[in-house]
Parts: sequence; structure tokens; C-alpha cells
Amino acid sequence: MDILIQVIVTGIATGGVYGLIALGFVLIYKATSVLNLAMGEFMTLGAFVCFTVLSQLDAPFYLAFALTLVCAFILGAVVERLVLKPLIGEPIISVIMVTIGLGITLRGIMYMIWTPTFRSFPQIFPPEPLQLGFAVIPSGLWWGLILAVAATVIFILIFKFSRIGVAMRATANDQQAALSMGISVRGIFAMSWCFGAAASMIGGIVIGNINGISVYMGDVGLQVLAVIILGGLDSIAGAIIGGLIVGILQNLTGLYIDPLVGGGAKNVAPYFILVLILMIRPYGLFGKRIIERV
Amino acid sequence: MRCGDFKETYVKDEEIFQSLFVKFWLGVLFVFLIIFPFVANQYLLYIANMIGFAVIGAVGLNLLTGFTGQISLGHAAFIGIGGYTSAILVTRLGFSFWLSIPFAGLVAAAAGLVIGIPSLRVKGLYLCIATLAAQFIFEFIFVHWESLTNGITGINVPPPAIAGFEFNTEKRFYWITLVVVILAVIYARNLVRSRMGRAFMAIRDRDLSAEIIGINLFRYKLSAFAISSFYAGVVGALWISYLKVITPEHFPLLLSIEYLAMIIVGGLGSVLGAIFGGIFMTLVPEILSFLAGIVKSILPGREAIFEPLKNVIFGLLIILFLIFEPRGLAEIWNRVKSFFRLWPFSY
Repeated sequence: MDILIQVIVTGIATGGVYGLIALGFVLIYKATSVLNLAMGEFMTLGAFVCFTVLSQLDAPFYLAFALTLVCAFILGAVVERLVLKPLIGEPIISVIMVTIGLGITLRGIMYMIWTPTFRSFPQIFPPEPLQLGFAVIPSGLWWGLILAVAATVIFILIFKFSRIGVAMRATANDQQAALSMGISVRGIFAMSWCFGAAASMIGGIVIGNINGISVYMGDVGLQVLAVIILGGLDSIAGAIIGGLIVGILQNLTGLYIDPLVGGGAKNVAPYFILVLILMIRPYGLFGKRIIERV
Repeated sequence: MRCGDFKETYVKDEEIFQSLFVKFWLGVLFVFLIIFPFVANQYLLYIANMIGFAVIGAVGLNLLTGFTGQISLGHAAFIGIGGYTSAILVTRLGFSFWLSIPFAGLVAAAAGLVIGIPSLRVKGLYLCIATLAAQFIFEFIFVHWESLTNGITGINVPPPAIAGFEFNTEKRFYWITLVVVILAVIYARNLVRSRMGRAFMAIRDRDLSAEIIGINLFRYKLSAFAISSFYAGVVGALWISYLKVITPEHFPLLLSIEYLAMIIVGGLGSVLGAIFGGIFMTLVPEILSFLAGIVKSILPGREAIFEPLKNVIFGLLIILFLIFEPRGLAEIWNRVKSFFRLWPFSY
């Protein structure tokens, strides 16, 4: 019984981090209807930038964090302007493939700069694990969860109350109406890419801190697809709740199914969840049901 | 120069060999393909075989993605299914290689039908994600169903043979590849001008409208998945008997992406485009390796940069083609052709 509770608690903590990365997907999808499959590479880049600043410049964590955010904003804006903008109005396969191409390019560039060696993150959080009495959360996961929750709350507050956030919601709702109210839709597109990149890069720092960083850590980004499909592609609440559900289910799979098949089930579990959801409820728990007219 | 090339009936317009000119050049190409193995060295033959496999797979994927508009990120999984089917039939059940090819295709097609079922409910983004999930799930099965697939150790496959004659060199295998490529291309070229091909294109352009004009979405979407997976299964069977070994690592997500890249670079919705894409995307890494060799001789120790550079160039090709030439090499080919045909006029 103890181990079950422990696994569920770990699952919730992992789920919080998934929620943050899923938020990155949703922020971009909601405003621009683009599913960014390069999200995993954005994450990796965030982890590497933070790592390099920390280890090469001996900078304190908050400075490295701020620099990573600046990088995220630049990356988001550049990608939107150079790669996605020319493809507005193109068929969906072009848009999907261009983000895949972007991911491969980024991965290759990171491979050139940082080489594929595996590195562990410098100590940025106090190493003591959190004792809950009935369960123990390792330090990296615990502080990662705090960071992820804080970032998620800030993003939601921005989205709900700031001027930019309201403009972003308006654009997501109806582009033409937003344009006629004087909102620069092009600016908002770039802005949502910036926010999306920032969310995933923070996620990258957290995951890098837990698992160590390498060029290949971006594969987690694809597992998060299960989260956003479960929650609904365009729902922020869905991203968070989906993150928790997938985190818990994944860790439970690790506990119960892995011994049966000899390992590996933990990483493939999100995809099984994904297929199930697509069969039963393709628009997710909270997503908008698309009605098509000819 | 071709002049007065007018058509008076639709049958004429749909012909594959439209003029004497085309027939002539196809004949030249065919003769070249026959002579090629006698003049080429081992390395060129190796590349020719690789191009052959790429072309078959790309033509199959183009039927699904380019003509029917159903994006699939699971093509490598179907290739894997075909490969494993053939390997298991040959090594465990004592089938001959030749008989295992159609079975590999059929099993892959059956898997394609299963994966295609979500396409009836979901499309676009969601279908892309569903096929991505299928890719990962099949990779997992290849690794973990050890009693059947031997896990990561893989299965050793004997080379194909007819009456004691073994196809165990590059040159001998080339003939198998060539025959299958020709059959695959002819079938695809004919399929797309048939009733089924027109149904595929109608579904791609707007599936709801297609349904309203009486196209059975269920039947044609699943047919597209089955045919494309059949092609993939045949590629798998050929490829593993060429490599003589099969392991799960041969079928990563990156292979699926490579096939998608081939049809995007070559031209979506064009059989010729898939052929161009297959040739082009196979040659690019080889050219880079060649350059790496040159750099190695001039600046020793610097050639390591070419390994990741392959990925960067591969990604950039996808992005640049999508932005600047979304209809791919096939469109460039058409432009060049019409430039010469119409010269000195611009159109």
C-alpha cells in the first residue's frame, strides 16, 4: 500500500511538469492552430542554455533562469517569423512537417554545439527530499513541481488579466473580430510562440534537473502529446488535469506493468492512453468539439 | 521539340505514355537501368539498391499522404511489420523468400487497416498524432515480444535464392529491387488514374464534399491505408533480406519522417515526385559523407561535424521546400521541361 501511495505522489509531481510543457503546446495551438512538434527540442535547448550559463559563467540560478527566458522569447519570435508565417493558410500536413523539420534542425545544431554526451545538472535546489510522512518526493521532482506550478499560475494570470493575455484570448476566439478591434493578430501569433517556447524551456530546465540532460531528452516532448490530447488541444485547464492523469497513469504502469513485460512500458504508456482517448473522445476532456460545414 | 500536342478525348488525356517523345526517353531510361549494374561499382550498386527501397516506400506513402491527404507518421512501423513478417516466415516456417513478400505486404496492410480505423473519426492533426502513437507502440512490440521477434538481438535472415542461385551480392540483389520498383511504380501510376485514384483525390481535397458526391469514405480511406502499408511491407521484406538481419533499431520514428520528407521534397500527390524524392533524399547523406571524406583529407579531425550536419541539412531541406517550393522537385522538373519546350517564349 505504501508503495502505491508513493507512486501516486511521484506521479502527481511528474504530472505537474507535464502540465507545464503541455501548456506550451496549448498556448501556441490556441492562438495559431499550429501543433508544434519541435516542442521537445525547445525543451532541450532551454535545459542546455540554463546549464551552460550555470556551469560556464558560474552565474546564480535566477540569472540563468532569466537568460533562458530571454532566449525562449527570441527563439519563439524568430521561429514564428521565419518558419511559420510563410505557411499561414497552407494545408495541415505542411505545418506539421515544418515543425518536425524544425525539431530535427534544432537537434542537429544542439548536437554540434554541445555534443551528444550525457550531463547531469549542477546542484540548483537544496538536495534534501521532501518527507510527507506517507511518501517521499526526491528533491529535484519536488522543486521542479514548485517551479512548474508557479510558472503555470503566472501564465494563467497573464492569460486571464493582462492586456496581452486578453488579446491572445480574443484572437483564439475569433481572428476577424480581434482584427477589427485593433488587435495586431500577427503580433499575437509571435507572442504566443514566445510564451509557448518559454513554458517548454522552463519545463526543460525542470526535467533536465531531474533526469540529467542530453540531446535526446526531447523525446519526452512527444509523450506530452498524450496529455494535450487527453485534456483537449485548446484547453488550459485540460493541459493541467491531463498532465496529472497521465503522470499518475504512467507511474502506475511503471509499477504494475513493467515487471510483466520486462521494462519499457512506462515510456510507451502515454501512447496507449493517447490511442484510447482518440478512439473514445477525440476532442479530449475539455476541448472544443469541432463542427464542420461544407 | 513537341508541337501540336492536342488531345481530343479524355482517354488520350489520361494516357501514361503521352507521346512518342516520352516513350523514347522512357526506353532510354530502361536501357540505362539494365546496363547500369554491369558498369557500376559496388558502392554505386549499394546506393542504387537503397534508392530502390526508398522509391517503393515513398510511392506507397505518397498514395496515402499525397493523394488521399491522410498524414501518417507510422510508415516505419509498417515497414518493420513487413520485415518481421518476412523474417519470421522464412526462418521459422520455412517459407521461400519470394512467397514471404506478398505475405509481408498483406500483414502490413492488415496492420494499416487497424491504424486506419481512427482516420474515420479523426483527421489532420489528430490522425497525425494517432499514427505517431502507433509508431511508438509497434516499436515497443518489436522490442518486447521476444518470443516472436527475438527482441533487440534481432533475427538473421538468409539471402533470397532461386534453385541454388543466391542473390547475395549488390549486383544480384539489384535485379530484384529493379523488378519490384518497376511493378510498384506502374501499379501506382495506374491506380491514380482509376476510379479509386480519383476518389482518393476527392477525399484529399475535401472529405465531406467527397462523401456527399457519393464516395464511400470508409472504403476508400481504409483502402489507401491498406495499399500504402502493403508497399511499406514489401519494402520491409526486401530491405531486411538485403541487410540479412532485422532488429527493432531499423525502424525508428526518424525513418517515418524520412519517408515523409521524401514525398514533400519530391512533390506531394505525384508518383514522379515520390521517385525524385526517394532518389534525392538517399543521395544527400551520401554526398555529405563524400564531402566529409574530402574534409578529412584536408583538415583531419574536423569531419566529425558532418554527422550532425546531416540532420541539420535534412531538417532544413524539409523547411525550405515547404516554404519555397511546396510542390517539390516534380514541379521544378515540370518547369524545366516546359522552359525547353516553349523556348524562346516564356509560356
